[in-house]
Amino acid sequence: MVIDSTRMKSLADRLAGDEVKGRSLWADARKRFLKNKAAVSGLVVLLLVLAFAVFGNMIAAYSNETLDFSVMGQIAEKGGPSLSNGHYFGTDDLGRDLFARTVQGTQISLAVGIVGSAIAVLVGTFYGAFAGYVGGRTDNVMMRLVDILMSIPYMFVLILLLVVFGRSIIMLFMGIGLISWLDMSRIVRGQTLSLKHKEFIEAAEATGVSRLTIIRRHIVPNLLGVVAVYATLLVPLMILTESFISFLGLGVQEPLTSWGALISEGSGTINYGTLWQLAFPLFFFVITLFAFFFVGDGLRDALDPKDR
Amino acid sequence: MFAYIARRLAIAVPTLLLLIVFSFLLMHAAPGGPFTSERGLPPQVLANLNAKYGLDQPMWRQMLTYVWGIVSDFDFGPSFIYKDRTVNAIIAQGFPVTLTYGAISFVVAVVVGVSLGVAAAIWHNSWLDYLAVGISIGAQVLPNFVMAPILVLVFTLWLGWLPGGGWEGGQWQYLIMPVVALSTSFMASIARITRSSMLEVMNSNHIRTAKAKGLPMHKVIVRHALKPAMLPVVSYLGPAFVTMITGSVVVDMYFSTGGIGKAFVDSALNRDYAVMMGVTILVGALTILFNLLVDILYAWIDPKIRY
Repeated sequence: MVIDSTRMKSLADRLAGDEVKGRSLWADARKRFLKNKAAVSGLVVLLLVLAFAVFGNMIAAYSNETLDFSVMGQIAEKGGPSLSNGHYFGTDDLGRDLFARTVQGTQISLAVGIVGSAIAVLVGTFYGAFAGYVGGRTDNVMMRLVDILMSIPYMFVLILLLVVFGRSIIMLFMGIGLISWLDMSRIVRGQTLSLKHKEFIEAAEATGVSRLTIIRRHIVPNLLGVVAVYATLLVPLMILTESFISFLGLGVQEPLTSWGALISEGSGTINYGTLWQLAFPLFFFVITLFAFFFVGDGLRDALDPKDR
Repeated sequence: MFAYIARRLAIAVPTLLLLIVFSFLLMHAAPGGPFTSERGLPPQVLANLNAKYGLDQPMWRQMLTYVWGIVSDFDFGPSFIYKDRTVNAIIAQGFPVTLTYGAISFVVAVVVGVSLGVAAAIWHNSWLDYLAVGISIGAQVLPNFVMAPILVLVFTLWLGWLPGGGWEGGQWQYLIMPVVALSTSFMASIARITRSSMLEVMNSNHIRTAKAKGLPMHKVIVRHALKPAMLPVVSYLGPAFVTMITGSVVVDMYFSTGGIGKAFVDSALNRDYAVMMGVTILVGALTILFNLLVDILYAWIDPKIRY
């Protein structure tokens, strides 16, 4: 009997291939995430909102600064959403195209959310990992500081900062970044404490790796799951904070705008029957927050299957 | 217990001092002073005024005077904009209003939230449970500044049932919308936290024992399940209080209720630093006090905490 060597070889290859293709933690998590319908639809909504922010200006018939004199003064009658005159979302009370304004507001709100969350990831991760890994008195002092900062009503301090240093978008970013990392550092510290006595860390210590390198090379990569989940859940909170401040008229200033500023304008004019001014920004605000919460929850379930 | 409270106080006092020093430094970093105006005063007059109010003193001296004024007489100094009113007067006018609807909102959020959460956990996977989960997910994206315009739109403009704003000495019609706007998202969070912690407690050993020895269900819940299930809720109350005080700013602005939030935003827009500082410090002190109370409550409920 002659063995078909080529077929045997292909079988062997296939077996070897199967064996090599193990499932990593991340592949596993991806599979679980994709099974979660709410999380996947949240992700789709987020991608759509992102596409709206990036490509919206190409569809808009007007720029966000042009005043449309043909509707001015009679916004309630003529400024409504309409496909024929190019104001897909209607106009605001000055006759500016609400579609273009919403695109701009979406860009700014998303940017604030993502930047705030990014600062939290960078500062909070290293602060928490350092405090947790070093431990002892350093840890005590660092965490007491976080406790103290957390018990300050930050919104008031943030507004104080904005008033003293002028209401600019840079100041807003800085102010939000200043407070966003506190929670993150606590979570990361807790996680670090549980990693600290694992064998691979001891091995690294035994071979004489320096503290900073251990934190950078061994602790931080193992925190990525928690950090990713929390960062996703932090983005909507940052968007909420920014919208809150802009709603009060203390955040983003004209001609820039954000969801909070648009909602504020819309809610100031509902008396005049221009409901679309509230409805469109509010719609984008609500679906985006929902989507972020769903994606965050989905990520948490995917990365931590025990915690159901 | 007393040692524990003393230790918490030992953190609370420096926190408050830090807040005062920080806002004082911020105020001094701001351009302009209380006597800067468009017309401009002759330099001699300005110097006299500064001398009269101690503004020619070194900064640390001014700070000590300010802090001492607060500590000894609860005096936050004069306003920078309203020549005839002190910060104390402005706060005293708005604070009772904020306290009234704030306290009602807090009680409503806790009572409704906890009841909803407990009911959802007891009748797990029933329509009530789904309703509670639905509400708590939905209300997450409905913060006060979104709730307020929607409420006004529905109940004032469409239905015409409630007045769109005002205070009128706190009559109930004027209270409903501020309270609902302020409490909804907390109610939802409390319901969610209560539900998940209650579900966990109901599956624990001591509840199984209580059921096995034949206690009726309501006794099991009231006597054995409720107290341990409240721990996460209690620890949520501290942050909730902070966010609620912050939310009162929106309520004051949108419903024209005239609480301290209004004073705060007005002073922020007018650059009335004295009022801003006064409100910030007052809110900070309240927050710290409340967190202290929550910590004590927590220690009292949870026997595992060693103090």
